Amino acid sequence: MSEQKSTGGMVPWEVFVQPRTGAPHEHVGNVHASDAEMALQNARDVYGRRGKVVSLWVTPASAIHATTPDDSGPFFDPADDKPYRHPSFYKVPHGGKNV
Amino acid sequence: MTTATLDPELRPALFDYLLRLGDDALVLGHRLSEWCGHGPYLEEDIALTNLALDCVGQANGLLGLAAEVEGAGRDADDLAFRRDALDFRNALIVELPKGDFGFTVARQLLFSAYAHLLYEALRESAFEPLAGIAAKAFKEARYHLRHSSEWLIRLGDGTDESRQRAQTALDDLWMYTGELFEKDDTLRTLVDAGLAPDPRALEAPWRERVEAVVSQATLTLPEDDFMLTGGRSGRHTEHLGHLLAEMQFLPRAYPDAVW
Repeated sequence: MSEQKSTGGMVPWEVFVQPRTGAPHEHVGNVHASDAEMALQNARDVYGRRGKVVSLWVTPASAIHATTPDDSGPFFDPADDKPYRHPSFYKVPHGGKNV
Repeated sequence: MTTATLDPELRPALFDYLLRLGDDALVLGHRLSEWCGHGPYLEEDIALTNLALDCVGQANGLLGLAAEVEGAGRDADDLAFRRDALDFRNALIVELPKGDFGFTVARQLLFSAYAHLLYEALRESAFEPLAGIAAKAFKEARYHLRHSSEWLIRLGDGTDESRQRAQTALDDLWMYTGELFEKDDTLRTLVDAGLAPDPRALEAPWRERVEAVVSQATLTLPEDDFMLTGGRSGRHTEHLGHLLAEMQFLPRAYPDAVW
């Protein structure tokens, strides 16, 4: 509650922009806002006025859970050294299209 | 019809009307631009200047079209920067100083609710270039209306201070709203020719929309129905002269400047 008072009720929201229909939403930055409607409008005004945007997502930054640098070893390293886990030894048959 | 196929009898009224619309946008755009660097926080500073750019863009289109209809060799810049206050045709409400944030929000709500209805109807104008400008301006006005509505709701239903400032703003602005719905000879001519919507027909839906937002904001509209007038015939408040002195200084002092 004291954190809310010092920020005046404004919290950070992460902004994701979809540049074309069907494309993934990409993270472009963040805005501060008091609620979802204002976050959407602020994101549109800050990120939506140059280049193509067909869809905009905002989410409170507090809803995003991220790995820490300490996690990167246990989370991501083991993927590197076990090539037999990757489908890199399978030869696609000649003429096979939708594999 | 286009400028080429326009009935010459309609030209003076159409020119006058386009000046009204263009000057509304130009003067309001200028007032909004005064918030640049002074917004309550970064995102809102950008929002207000975006609104300003939308308005100035509309002004550019409308005054450019006015100059074309006039056919006297002037262009949008001549109309924007080389006319004096007596020749401006904006409604008084847009020339009022920006005031505090509550005043800006309340003025924007009252004006955008009108502009939204006006441009929606103007998309059907028999004068095609105007219908084209209206199609774009309508989308912008919709966003301006959404933005100012949400802000008025948060200010009205906010702290004691924000509510008091928002209510004072509405009370002060109310007498300037009637002018938006005046129907004079210029409008009679254009309405009959299918070039412009009847402003009287816009008033009821405008009132309904404004009342809905104001009530959600837990504010009230003034009862008084005294309305100021004069902007459409060049009789402006003392504020317009100061605004033009600032806005027109550069092109008048350095007429050959290019960048």
